[in-house]
Amino acid sequence: MPIQTSTLPAAAARALSKEEIQRYSRHLIMPEVGMEGQLKLARAKVLMIGAGGLGAPLGLYLAAAGVGRLGILDFDTVDSTNLQRQVTFSTADVGRPKAVAAAERLAGINPTIRIDTYRTRLTSENALELFRDYDIIVDGTDNFPTRFLVNDACVLLGKPNVYGSIFRFEGQATVFGYPGGPCYRCLYPEPPPPGLVPSCAEGGVLGVLPGIVGSIQAMETIKLILGIGEPLIGRLLLFDALAMRFRELRLRKNPACPMCGDHRTINQLIDYEEFCGIRGEEAPVMTTGIPEITPHELKARLDRGDDLFVLDVREPHEVQICKLKDGHLIPLGDLPRRVSELDSSREIVAYCRSGRRSADAVQFLQQAGFHKIWNLKGGILAWSDEVDPSVPKY
Amino acid sequence: MAIKLEIPTALRPFTGKQASVEFEAATVGEALRRLTATFTDLQKHLYTEDGRIRSFVNIYVNDEDIRYLEKENTPIKDGDTISIVPSIAGGSAGTASGTGRSL
Repeated sequence: MPIQTSTLPAAAARALSKEEIQRYSRHLIMPEVGMEGQLKLARAKVLMIGAGGLGAPLGLYLAAAGVGRLGILDFDTVDSTNLQRQVTFSTADVGRPKAVAAAERLAGINPTIRIDTYRTRLTSENALELFRDYDIIVDGTDNFPTRFLVNDACVLLGKPNVYGSIFRFEGQATVFGYPGGPCYRCLYPEPPPPGLVPSCAEGGVLGVLPGIVGSIQAMETIKLILGIGEPLIGRLLLFDALAMRFRELRLRKNPACPMCGDHRTINQLIDYEEFCGIRGEEAPVMTTGIPEITPHELKARLDRGDDLFVLDVREPHEVQICKLKDGHLIPLGDLPRRVSELDSSREIVAYCRSGRRSADAVQFLQQAGFHKIWNLKGGILAWSDEVDPSVPKY
Repeated sequence: MAIKLEIPTALRPFTGKQASVEFEAATVGEALRRLTATFTDLQKHLYTEDGRIRSFVNIYVNDEDIRYLEKENTPIKDGDTISIVPSIAGGSAGTASGTGRSL
């Protein structure tokens, strides 16, 4: 799809200083950027939603490129498990707010740009007001409710949404919300119900993957600002890191889309947690009504010598990290095939990392006729917190 | 006719970790039925209880979305590739914090 010009409003031109000319010389000597393009970058205002794995390369490259105003929205703080892929942060940043740590790093790269930080959750109440100040929104979040919220707010305001998402070794990228182009709801009208897609804890991600997908988002953002090349509008880029293969699928604007179609039926932001079937951050949606045993209770019963069968439903590679003594491993996915290995007359305690997968296992086994079965509440993580701190957490 | 089905990472646990599988089929629906008959755990990930393809899973023949072709009746020919592309949400996946719960 050809694109004529940048969507950016014309702002008062300003001249680059001698120092800036030197800093951006590798841009300036390319005719596709040149002085005009560099000034477009200087006038551009980009809001990054999320300063995590995707936000890391994105922020670094946009700051280095001289995007004049960067907004960084992230309510989270840096923890040590982030350092494997969120290369904006150093070890000393652990415990600090991500938005602040990222802003400092980016200001160090380029002190000539303006950086605004928002240490807040994006909500239906604040999204439109936050987005209004920016030309382009870049979605680097990690959950479905926020992705639908970013999409809808962008469509309502007519602002492009540079989208990237990742799972294990696989990435997706495109540009949604460009006037005339498709939106996220054209691609996926609805989110998956909670629990049907493998959880984050089972997922994991190779650290380089968000580096690549976030860099693609940075490139698309800069192309949109400059108005050059063929932006990733109407095309869904799929990246498979293991096969090292990029593929492209056609992404059509859905005329019946409730958000950007011919007859819009969604005219304001909605409750996205509800839309995604999630109620409340802490609500253990998948574990309600499932019999549970706490780590302390389990410890007491094992110490008493009770006849308990400890069922580990994690994957074999997780057992190499840590395990409970005398656990019997049957990964959740294998359970239907291997259910005959279990004795329904014995008491069974199922566990996993956090208690989510084992809740599924308990539910499945209950339906299969097991009645003396409990889920270890909080999984081996809670066991480490409450019973045996020598068990490593992952 | 041999049709290649590309399995996304998120669904590979249900196909014995295979990234692609091949079937003989004349339509997209037939290929998917053969797939779910072979890997029964995939059924609930691809279809709703009343047998419709789930709305967070898109099916493509080569680079075209079957919603804009003939849906499950879309004919396929030798050498075509069917891709299953579910929505993924990760941006910072792997964090233990609550926001990753949907992934």
